[in-house]
Amino acid sequence: MTESPLLSVRDLSVRFRTGGGHVRAVDGVSFDVRRGETLAVLGESGSGKSVTAQAVMGILPKPAGEIAGGTIVYDGRDLLAEDPNRVRRLRGDEIAMVFQDPLSSLNPVFRVGWQIGEMFRRHRGASRRAARAAAVELMERVGIPAAARRVDDFPHQFSGGMRQRIMIAMALALRPRLLIADEPTTALDVTVQAQIMRLLADLRREEGMALVLITHDLGVVADVADRALLMYAGRAVETGGIREVYDHAAHPYTRGLMASIPDLDGPRERLTPVRGAPPNLLALPSGCSFHPRCPHATDRCRADDPVLRAVDGRPAEHRAACHHAEEVVAGERERV
Amino acid sequence: MPAYLARRLLFSVFVLWGAVSVIFLVLRLVPGDPATVLLGPDATADQIAQLRERMGLDESLIVQYGSYLRDVVRLDFGDSFRMNVDAMELVLSRLPNTAELAIAALTLSVLVGFPLGVLAALRANTLTDRVISVLSLVGQSTPAFWVGIVFILVFARTLDVLPSGGTGGWQHLVLPAVTLALPFLAILVRLTRSGLLEVIHEGYVQTARAKGLRESVVIFPHAARNALIPVVTVVGLQFGQLLGGTVIVETVFAWPGVGRLLVDAISHRDYGVVQAAVLFIAAVFVLVNLVVDVLYGYLDPRVRLAG
Repeated sequence: MTESPLLSVRDLSVRFRTGGGHVRAVDGVSFDVRRGETLAVLGESGSGKSVTAQAVMGILPKPAGEIAGGTIVYDGRDLLAEDPNRVRRLRGDEIAMVFQDPLSSLNPVFRVGWQIGEMFRRHRGASRRAARAAAVELMERVGIPAAARRVDDFPHQFSGGMRQRIMIAMALALRPRLLIADEPTTALDVTVQAQIMRLLADLRREEGMALVLITHDLGVVADVADRALLMYAGRAVETGGIREVYDHAAHPYTRGLMASIPDLDGPRERLTPVRGAPPNLLALPSGCSFHPRCPHATDRCRADDPVLRAVDGRPAEHRAACHHAEEVVAGERERV
Repeated sequence: MPAYLARRLLFSVFVLWGAVSVIFLVLRLVPGDPATVLLGPDATADQIAQLRERMGLDESLIVQYGSYLRDVVRLDFGDSFRMNVDAMELVLSRLPNTAELAIAALTLSVLVGFPLGVLAALRANTLTDRVISVLSLVGQSTPAFWVGIVFILVFARTLDVLPSGGTGGWQHLVLPAVTLALPFLAILVRLTRSGLLEVIHEGYVQTARAKGLRESVVIFPHAARNALIPVVTVVGLQFGQLLGGTVIVETVFAWPGVGRLLVDAISHRDYGVVQAAVLFIAAVFVLVNLVVDVLYGYLDPRVRLAG
């Protein structure tokens, strides 16, 4: 615990310019990623998970998105204050990213080996030959059959799962210490999803790198993550060890997400989605932005915006942004 | 690929047949008769009739058309009535001048138009972008004959820094080449700008940034190579406009190329030369489009394998 975190994000705010005005896509989010750990970032679409990842990577869509405040410190270096060119060299080298849709994330007009090899050529000054050989090796490592032959194929000649393997190979090329995977399995067939998740978990363990796993699917991360960060409407609403959060969820939103996981072993029931829809970021509700959808909502919730705080009776690390966190934990056996 | 090329070549033959047929018919529908033009206003009706017979113009249209096609298939493109030489030879003798002009204009367009389009896209919705976009719209919509005349007035008459026409050193090439390049360049700017803007938010551009590549590398080759695909297609189609432009520009600047030869031949009703020149220009156009199609497959591997 004395070791400094690999990545430390404090009060990060990201603003997007839209036709209807400025939107705070991420609003005062803080979290740490420790060396070698897996942090699951969970939340519905539009909760700010991906934007947070883009901000950390320094690849927010320009000129619409901009960081409005906060700090991002990687390994003691303030990424927002440092020379952009030096931060750029960190990308791909120390911090790498895998995206949701491997087809659109791979360049359709270049051979996959060339795209993987580019990491070695541009960052390490490797020759074309050496880069190609390294690409074949990586493709073998991520489980692409006949890699030596397929290295000169184009992305469209691969299946979805194979394309994501190529993206992973590219991300791992320079042995980064932090890998951010943004919904890496969402665009894939269900049968392939588990394979890719296992591959990521195995590679993470072998490389000892830290993994930030962004997903809306709580079921996917239960076995691979160490800690969880739940986001709602651009805010962090709950954080803690993964088992602690799963077993003693202290935010009604977390609870709602859990209830929406289909239970394949239990009796057949209708799926229980979280009531209502994610809020419009241009017109956030007063007080706690989850209150219109919340079964615990009181007048206090409508007036007073809760901050992330420790939950009484739970480990200090478990924090939730809910006025009624203790009640929510206590009522864990009730249906929400 | 060979099967594809063979099929394309076969289609090309039909296109060329269509082109010569249309020009053959149009020429003969236009009032004015080669024999009358050739013999001048003092010729008697008898002399004109005799010449018409010698030229084969007394035959019915369908017979003339039949014998013309028969000759064309044997690669005999007819003679110039006026100069008594082989028409195609005459066209080919003017080719180097037109090629010089077209290549200069094309090079200029690509060297200036592509970077300007990239700049406009990268600075989208800024003043730079607006200025470039407005200028290219003006460039695209101003007719070449007007631009040519204004250039002559400004640079040749008023400033007296460049010759107004004819051939000679590079100075003679400047005004006609720029005039010819302008609309083509303008289209290239607009296409490059929109093409790049379309791909700049694509996932693979984001990937390129996440890989820690320099912004210049993100744009070229990652984004540009994709943006170029539609640009190349339209450039191929627009090449026809460029060829048509040579006819006007060569006339305005007294540039002795194929276009000027064509205009002269039309005013003299020199059927053989008109037909040969049109056939030649059409053939070049068809060939360029064939090259573009092959290039397209090279640029976009998804097409290469599907085709």
